[in-house]
Amino acid sequence: MPGQTLFEKIWSRHVVADYGDGFALMHIDRLIVPDLSSRALSALRERGLPLHNPELVFGCADHAISTDPGSNDPHSLNNPFVANLREQSKHFGMTMFEPREFGAGIMHVIAPELGITLPGLTLCCSDSHSCTNGALGALSWGIGAGELTHILATQTSVQKKPKTMHIRLDGKLPPGTQGKDIILHLIGQIGVAAGNGYAVEYAGEVIDDLPMEGRFTLCNMSVEFGARFGIIAPDDMAFDYLAGRPYAPKGELWEAATKDWSSLASDSDAVFDNEVVVDFSGLAPQITWGNTPEAVLPVDGRIPDPSSEHDSARRSAMEAALAYMDLKPGETIEGTPIDWVFIGSCTNSRISDLRAAAAVVKGRKVAKNVRAWAVPGSQSVKREAEAEGLDAIFKEAGFEWREAGCSMCLGANGDIVPSGRRSVSTSNRNFVGRQGPGSRTHLASPVVAAASACAGKIADPRKMV
Amino acid sequence: MEPLIHLTGPAAPIVRDNINTDLIAPMFTPRTAGQPRGMTMTRGDLARMLFAGWRYDKQDREISDFILNREPFRQARFLIGGVNFGCGSSRDTAPKMLSAFGIRCVIAPSYGAIFYDNCFKSGMLPMIMNEAAVKELAREAEGGGDFSLDLAAQKITAPGGTILNFDVPAFRREQLLVGADDIELTLRRNAEILEYQKRERAMRPWTFLR
Repeated sequence: MPGQTLFEKIWSRHVVADYGDGFALMHIDRLIVPDLSSRALSALRERGLPLHNPELVFGCADHAISTDPGSNDPHSLNNPFVANLREQSKHFGMTMFEPREFGAGIMHVIAPELGITLPGLTLCCSDSHSCTNGALGALSWGIGAGELTHILATQTSVQKKPKTMHIRLDGKLPPGTQGKDIILHLIGQIGVAAGNGYAVEYAGEVIDDLPMEGRFTLCNMSVEFGARFGIIAPDDMAFDYLAGRPYAPKGELWEAATKDWSSLASDSDAVFDNEVVVDFSGLAPQITWGNTPEAVLPVDGRIPDPSSEHDSARRSAMEAALAYMDLKPGETIEGTPIDWVFIGSCTNSRISDLRAAAAVVKGRKVAKNVRAWAVPGSQSVKREAEAEGLDAIFKEAGFEWREAGCSMCLGANGDIVPSGRRSVSTSNRNFVGRQGPGSRTHLASPVVAAASACAGKIADPRKMV
Repeated sequence: MEPLIHLTGPAAPIVRDNINTDLIAPMFTPRTAGQPRGMTMTRGDLARMLFAGWRYDKQDREISDFILNREPFRQARFLIGGVNFGCGSSRDTAPKMLSAFGIRCVIAPSYGAIFYDNCFKSGMLPMIMNEAAVKELAREAEGGGDFSLDLAAQKITAPGGTILNFDVPAFRREQLLVGADDIELTLRRNAEILEYQKRERAMRPWTFLR
């Protein structure tokens, strides 16, 4: 019998009942309810059902809250989504992290940060970027609000077992490149639908060298190429990250847990349904030009020409994207004037992201034509950044230093890029209208975003040293 | 949940690849961009929001040549899409808005995984057809004639006379046919769930937080 993949090991641990045909009733070890999905709790209450395991469920005010600096505006903090989450959390006896208080922040930032995410666990949130947590060796995936109610009531979810894909990332990253550049380049290489139906395991030299927060960024965007799960085998770096976190096991339990977690790796003779190898040794900072994350190029590259695309459907999609983005084929993307910069989101709002951006911003000014925001991913990231003086660097340069939340990644709280305006954003989606109707989004790393904010146009951070 | 057994009506062909859930179920209509959102949406609200960025101009007036604003496609019961339909976010307002509009079956070569699951949860069928079949069905859909679905027989008939069979996992098909209440079904297995938790707690106590 061949060995097992990491994914299969964690999957098989969680099967409560096998339904055949690939379907299984899976135990869900942790569940996070974001504000926008609080109606799932209301639905449970309306049915008169109890919460199956309140201690395993956490409420998180992130999408709907205001990130207005210092604002305690009752409307923004007590908007209907947050108020309902609070009311239902109280009713069901589950923990909710209040805005601006301990534990508050974007769910995929706080879950690892608080040790809610642990290797080998299953974790669901009604948010597609739940795959972020896979960086710690957890099986974590996004569900809809309807399925959320099912898990609240039963602590289980019926899932079809996906196929497995192994992605080996070879090479040594050049200086100035980050987790964001890795994932954008990868999606550009394999396409936005390559991961459909798969659980992806990332491995290789790039992963071994990548700091924990870069791993979160990488796993975060797995869903942007269709993979509902992205996972990295937990190693000493993951254990060191988790040690002492509030919800992580302590003492003897920690010893037992790390012993168990050390077995969570794909066996050397494990067979994957698909294997991909990509070399990253020549990687340049990346930026997207179109309306899917695969429409990406090196920041010193030229905007592609649809006339060289033979497939007519792809050609017309490219033409539509260039028209929406108001870009001309053949021109360099570097130097394109911009209006907005957003540094934040579950992809790139952790302390190392803010440090990297601040290092570029320090001693510079945000260009007059640009409005720039830095939005920490959590209250704890915000405090850490302020203790290091990063907030002062951003503010001195002309950035707005905001409160923690999802903010301008999707504008659910009203933080939007105005129609027709061009934004360089460290978030994860450059879809038509994603940052607000008519907004034009270029996805990039925090250093590219910071360099562009100061230059007033899309800029190559390597030229700003 | 309302069972899905038969479905008859026009199919709106919007055959583009990577139609994401931000397009299907946008956060705002063009006119209400950035305004505070209410928490509850009626079926009418849901139906109005579907593809809002494509259906309405900046004043939220209907754009008359968009297919869902034209007869007979205002009565569409099917939507024919491209590769990776429903990619992007996990918002289940995407299937809910389609369903509120009257569309209870999407036909496409492939789907975003979360959207695919959410469809069944919302009483919708995400039918998988190869690209050649999708192209042919889209051609027959142009005239606005009725398609007809027989889920039990796993068969779809197009207005041009094409009849195609499709696969759908038996587990999901049965759920749709009876309009199953999956929470109730799972709670019948609660003894197994509790037994699993007991076993797991003995082996890996850190999994449980108290």
